[in-house]
Amino acid sequence: MEALIQTFFNPGIIAASWPIVRAGLWNTVLLSLLVVPLGLIGGLILALLASVRNPAVRWPLMAWVDFFRAFPPLVLLILLFAGLPFAGLELGGFVCVAIAFFLNTGAYYGEILRAGIDSVPGGQIEAARSTGLSRLQAMAYVVLPQAVRNVLPDLLSNTLEVVKLTSLGSVVAVPELLYQARQAQSLTYNPTPIVVAAIIYFLMLWPVVRLLSRLENRALAGR
Amino acid sequence: MGGWSRFLETFFNREVIERYLPAILKGVVVTIEIAAAVVVTGILLGLLLAVVRAFRVLAVNVFIVVFVDMFRALPPLVLVLLVYFGLPNIGINLPSFAVLWLVLALVLAAFAEEIFWAGILSIPNGQWEAARSTGLSFGQTLMSVVLPQALRLTIPPLTNRTIAITKGTALGTVVAVTEILGQASSAMSNSYNPSPLMMGAAAYLVLFFPVVVAGRWVETRFAWKR
Repeated sequence: MEALIQTFFNPGIIAASWPIVRAGLWNTVLLSLLVVPLGLIGGLILALLASVRNPAVRWPLMAWVDFFRAFPPLVLLILLFAGLPFAGLELGGFVCVAIAFFLNTGAYYGEILRAGIDSVPGGQIEAARSTGLSRLQAMAYVVLPQAVRNVLPDLLSNTLEVVKLTSLGSVVAVPELLYQARQAQSLTYNPTPIVVAAIIYFLMLWPVVRLLSRLENRALAGR
Repeated sequence: MGGWSRFLETFFNREVIERYLPAILKGVVVTIEIAAAVVVTGILLGLLLAVVRAFRVLAVNVFIVVFVDMFRALPPLVLVLLVYFGLPNIGINLPSFAVLWLVLALVLAAFAEEIFWAGILSIPNGQWEAARSTGLSFGQTLMSVVLPQALRLTIPPLTNRTIAITKGTALGTVVAVTEILGQASSAMSNSYNPSPLMMGAAAYLVLFFPVVVAGRWVETRFAWKR
């Protein structure tokens, strides 16, 4: 028992590595605050384009979305980070993470928002248009608020996945929580910092998981 | 040499592609093996946990909920590193592909349990009561009445989640599993040329694009009519 604590919850190492890990936590929060809105904007653009019910627009969009859903985000990230320099374009880890998330999570958010927009009956748009609202106004004031409400659990679930995905930044040396913990781990030769990072992720995201599981059970049970 | 041919020469270098094609194909086999193992064990374990949860034994259910919440809240990469660097400290040495399989299977099991459980909850109580009143036992009711209806409901969300988690096999590259991305990365640093990475990316598309398209079909085929 004593040995286990020394290995996984070593108090001395927790104290020594805390400043490093704390800096990582802060960066993870900042990174999430950047990539979640980026993904949402990307998704909104895709969903709005797809709401033009023209097959010539819809099919290429679907292919775009499926392309990025089929591509592991880590592969996309490494392609940008390690592949682009060969084309003379060095972007740095942080910018690569931002672009990869815009493309990858944008596709997921886009798919969710599209389903939301599809779930709003067509009569709503007709009614809104007949009161004199423009296409854009009808979309912004009538359709989108209902669409977002209909797919709120999915949006939240995807946002949870996005925050978890920021840990991929550690692979391209973005100093977020996991990267900092790994730095501390390699300095101390002890897995305690990674355990600490895991506990922080859990404390941060557990309330979201609880909320989600309630929303999901209610959504299914309500049918 | 024009810009376009220089681009091709760099990113789709024929010589490099020919040299590293066997390595990438080996990676494809490893990825398929791990992915298949993850899907089978993860979904079966998730189903088992949901069935056990239906018996509503409090102590057992608390354990299941804590397990599910933990594996839903933690990023898979954190779990992979935790298991990879943690287990040797308590005297267990797993090869890195086993670590990747174990972690992804547990993550999939957690998500699958939630989905199956939501499916079981969605079956109205009257169904339980009607089945029990015909003389079926609790277990028989669950297996022959509730699960067949619940499972149909779970297919679309389960398909999407399974695809998303299976793509996580790429995380293996961080702990030196010789899957596609791992093979492509080491081939790239050996040849100092990005062509292997392009091959790896193409391999992922060939593997996963049909699955994503099939998932879309499944989603409309099994959609619950409101």
